[in-house]
Amino acid sequence: MKKKDVLLKALKCAFPYTLPILAGFWFLGFAYGYLMNVSGFSFVYPLVMSICIFGGSLEFVAVSMLLSAFAPLQTVIMALMIQARHLFYGISMLDKYRGMGWKKFYLVYAMCDESFSINFTADIPQDVDRGWFYFFVSLLDQSYWVSGALLGALFGDLVHFNTKGLDFIMTAMFVTIFAEQWMKEKRHFSELAGFASGVIALVVFGPQRFMIPAMAGILALLYIFRRLVEKMWETGEDTE
Amino acid sequence: MKMTLWQQAATIALCSLSTMATRFLPFIIFRDGERTPAFIRYLGRVLPGAVFALLIVYCLKDVSFFRYSYGLPEAAGIAATLILHKWKRQMLLSIAGGTAVYMILVQFVI
Repeated sequence: MKKKDVLLKALKCAFPYTLPILAGFWFLGFAYGYLMNVSGFSFVYPLVMSICIFGGSLEFVAVSMLLSAFAPLQTVIMALMIQARHLFYGISMLDKYRGMGWKKFYLVYAMCDESFSINFTADIPQDVDRGWFYFFVSLLDQSYWVSGALLGALFGDLVHFNTKGLDFIMTAMFVTIFAEQWMKEKRHFSELAGFASGVIALVVFGPQRFMIPAMAGILALLYIFRRLVEKMWETGEDTE
Repeated sequence: MKMTLWQQAATIALCSLSTMATRFLPFIIFRDGERTPAFIRYLGRVLPGAVFALLIVYCLKDVSFFRYSYGLPEAAGIAATLILHKWKRQMLLSIAGGTAVYMILVQFVI
């Protein structure tokens, strides 16, 4: 196959996976760009931030950071707390992103929740180039976010139809991805550890600072019950 | 505005660098070609299940279960998503259906 055909095939395969993200990112990105606009920032801000940071929740928080006094240390601590979950994505993607050459830099740079989730779970057909598939998923997702933010900043006040509740599309997407993961595996220790740690940490620490305790809880459970989990994993594979 | 342009630029740069630190760190520590420690390989295998569960909790973190509407639209939206997914196993359909149920509930019912 010629290189052009390889690229086109990967793009065609990747695009349908990104459709829910197109809807979700245009909506959320638009809301973010509009928020920046009404907060008094030029469209250049959301444009630069959506390209450089490319992390939705932090970008929303950054709006209020930019409106307060300059506090570099607090900014870094806040950003690390919000983004810490990416450490887990990286550990999960070590194998899949191995040997991707120059693409790897972009794949890791653009590894948001959504691109990670798709690239981790997608069943990529044998005849589709994996590297280009990952690349196009990441690139499409980022282009949706950046264009959504830009449109929101420029045309936010022109939109009047009722989009209340549309942000649920991201929750629904993670629910289906979770369901897929659940159905793929026979034993569910890890999923249950994730829920238990998440819910307990949320109740104890509140919505602003529960993620790091929740991640610590997951690591602790997976560490303590490693023997059991590995045994489950083996028996799970044997019965397939 | 309280910040100068340079302070704004620094704030945005710090947000970007912190984000990139969390994305790149595992790949910098465990390079291609070097043998990854067994515990990390174990984590790479079992973490995703926990991570997807945690992401759902993260999406629902601001829902108040003890005040009106008690998280009911969210529960109904998730139930619709799961039922559709169990039934047809078409990702786009499950996502669209669940979101539609949620939007109808928050716009017209609650």
